Amino acid sequence: MNVSGFIFQALNGLSSASGLFFVAAGLSLIFGVTRIVNIAHGSLYMLGTYVAYSLATKIGGGFGFWGGIVITACLVGLLGAAIEFVLLRRIYRAPELFQLLATFALILIINDATLWLWGPEDLLGPRAPGMRDAIEIFGRRLPTYDLFLIVIAPVVLWILHLGLARTRFGRLVRAATQDREMVGALGVNQAMLFTAVFALGSFLAGLGGALQVAREPANLAMDLTVIGDAFVVVVVGGMGSITGAYLAAVIIAEVKALCIAIGTVSMFGMSLNFSKFTLVAEFLVMAAVLIARPYGLLGRPQGAVRGVADPEDPMRPATPALKFLGVVVLGALMAMPLMAQSSPYVLILGIDVMIAVLFAASLHFIMGPGGMHSFGHAAYFGLGAYGAALLVKWLAAPMGLALLAAPITALLGALLFGWFAVRLSGVYLAMLTLAFAQIVWAAVFQWEDLTGGSNGVIGVWPPAPFSNSSVYFILVLLLTVIGVLALRRILFAPFGYAMRAGRDSPLRAEAIGIDVKRVHWLGFAIAGLVCGVAGGLFAFAKGSISPETIGVGRSIDGLVMVLLGGIQTLTGPIVGASVFAVLQDTIMRQTEYWRALLGLIILLLVMAFPAGIVGGVINLLRRWRTAS
Amino acid sequence: MTDLSIRSLAKAFGGVRAVNDVSFEVARGEFLAMIGPNGAGKSTCFNMINGQLRPDSGEIWFERANLAGLAPREIWRLGVGRTFQVAATFGSMTVVENVQMALISHAGETYRLWKPAASRYRARALELLEQVGMKDAADRASRELAYGDVKRVELAMALANDPRLLLMDEPTAGMAPRERNALIALVKRLVVEKGISVLFTEHSMDVVFAHADRIIVLARGRLIADGDARTIREHPKVQEVYFGTGKTFARVEPKPLEPQP
Repeated sequence: MNVSGFIFQALNGLSSASGLFFVAAGLSLIFGVTRIVNIAHGSLYMLGTYVAYSLATKIGGGFGFWGGIVITACLVGLLGAAIEFVLLRRIYRAPELFQLLATFALILIINDATLWLWGPEDLLGPRAPGMRDAIEIFGRRLPTYDLFLIVIAPVVLWILHLGLARTRFGRLVRAATQDREMVGALGVNQAMLFTAVFALGSFLAGLGGALQVAREPANLAMDLTVIGDAFVVVVVGGMGSITGAYLAAVIIAEVKALCIAIGTVSMFGMSLNFSKFTLVAEFLVMAAVLIARPYGLLGRPQGAVRGVADPEDPMRPATPALKFLGVVVLGALMAMPLMAQSSPYVLILGIDVMIAVLFAASLHFIMGPGGMHSFGHAAYFGLGAYGAALLVKWLAAPMGLALLAAPITALLGALLFGWFAVRLSGVYLAMLTLAFAQIVWAAVFQWEDLTGGSNGVIGVWPPAPFSNSSVYFILVLLLTVIGVLALRRILFAPFGYAMRAGRDSPLRAEAIGIDVKRVHWLGFAIAGLVCGVAGGLFAFAKGSISPETIGVGRSIDGLVMVLLGGIQTLTGPIVGASVFAVLQDTIMRQTEYWRALLGLIILLLVMAFPAGIVGGVINLLRRWRTAS
Repeated sequence: MTDLSIRSLAKAFGGVRAVNDVSFEVARGEFLAMIGPNGAGKSTCFNMINGQLRPDSGEIWFERANLAGLAPREIWRLGVGRTFQVAATFGSMTVVENVQMALISHAGETYRLWKPAASRYRARALELLEQVGMKDAADRASRELAYGDVKRVELAMALANDPRLLLMDEPTAGMAPRERNALIALVKRLVVEKGISVLFTEHSMDVVFAHADRIIVLARGRLIADGDARTIREHPKVQEVYFGTGKTFARVEPKPLEPQP
């Protein structure tokens, strides 16, 4: 690789940085003022590309393209304002987790709406009128449009900077970023300010998406890819800093471009293809920045968030009634294989439910008592599933060994990722865990030689006698019960108490000698281990594992299960996972637009039942008792 | 015999020298109050001793260890207990579980995964709660308690590691006057019984003058006075920082009114 090649790739990197910058800047602005992490920001970006495509092809010509881009950005901005007005305004005071979930529900709804409006095909827009050429740089052809993208990002950065520094609106935004309560106390109309900021942030996302129309095809996977990248950019650049977002976007795009430019290198007799390491490189940049500067390159420590959810009640050991109920449920489950003669589907559903319960219980372990809101629990599920499946595929390992490898792989992943994660809290932690999960997903997807890429690993069937679904069901039931009871036991043990102590009051916990970070790190690892078991069981239950089953969707399913059941109780995740898995396997598969349906369910849950099913039942019982 | 020895402690935030070359000692079993007007550097000084801030320079000797730069949990392990200005307990636990947590940590059993925590050291925890007068509330959720009671629970937690030194940052802040004296009297009785040295900061002067063995006064980051209640009361510099020099409100000879035309 020569110097000219490096420079060429560097320019390429700069042009792809621009799209990333627009999304990240919008995300950062909105977070700074409203303290809401809009996970649906990638969806707005995706909408931008689709709308710009339609305008460019329907109207056509220079106006259709260039005018279309501006119109698109305005339309997406308006949509953002509408979302803020209708939905987010109601949940500013809700716990952080609910806000994240609500915006996630938007992703699902927007994705299905896009599918309905534009169909599943990838749509490539026309080339930019007036910029169809390419210029020759070092013997390679760089499209003029890419040059335009390189220039437009700093221009927009400069305009934003001026706007924030010179205008009244800009001053309000900066003031609110520092202390929004103070701004409110000074008599500023916060509702207007929030809507305006949301509109501006959405405008930027729409603009970024629309500008991509001539560069890459619009597709339905853009929302999650973009938001994953944007999270990394925002974490690296620092939440709330627009210049930081630009800096980080450039750094990350350049590091990726560099990897591609280096290409295949032979070292020590081994050939190493660096272009396959783009995602790992991104991760390494983020890791390095987070170690040196936990709040990002240009970020500042977040001001304390005032007003959080009610603390939960002390944990009590299971009452005799609950124990009795547990035994009854267990007995009923043991008897299920007997029913299987008449309806074999029951067992498959039962296995799905069990795996969901184990998955949700492990997530609840760190989310509830640990207070760490992981948005990437699918990573450990995936590591477990792939750990088991690959062992079977490459070494023809027996099932017992593969099921042992599953938790170990997941544990190693959780130890690595958890070490970084526990250094952050709140939304930073949520974004970091999501980014890690994206990395696992992408690694599995990109490392085709090992994992089979998008096809996944197939033929992972359990050997006899477990090939009989009744026997496999019993195995799953057994491991699930052991897993759930072990987690429960740990929560009642000193370690579980220490984890809650660290969550309730980190300062006080440190002041009585508890190493809060270490306790939370080990908690994270334990959750990963148990989650890995669920992943391994899943691989053998389905006979295969593919990247799409370990994507962001699964992480979010886990969150919904935990919240559906109620995060403040130990039985919550079990009930939530069961209800969710049954719903998913029965009703939701009936419709093509099940994602939107799920999104609506989440919104309903967030708005109407913030304590979840079990929490709701407990509250009802309490009211009933005080009344009688 | 000295228990805690502070030598030339200093900390600056940007250009502000919050604590500037402060040295003092706490003798074994002494009840020492640190007072001073707002912004005198009390909290900064305190947070360096308890490990929340790292000093720019200076030494903090407790028995045979220099605490400067150690983490709060390491300082606790050396036998220093502390209470917070805004009392902090674990809201999702019962009162007795809060104290048990401290005892479990003291016993080095934090990482145990199996035996239920609720059964560990319950008797000892109840004993500590009884000493602070909170035994009756042992099984209530700690977040339900009145603020004064939370402070008592916190005191029980601070005593869980049998500390030889107790650091109390404004122990009576946010309490009603009657509760204040009761709490300080309780602390005093306990530390005398157990032979614990105490360093505390305080805004309520009647509490300080009624109970402290000795008082040190900080102003603008420097130590300006050190002595018993009487010395401090009559110390000219202390009077100056608390009451001013008197010049601000000194009588100015009024000008005779001009006769109206």
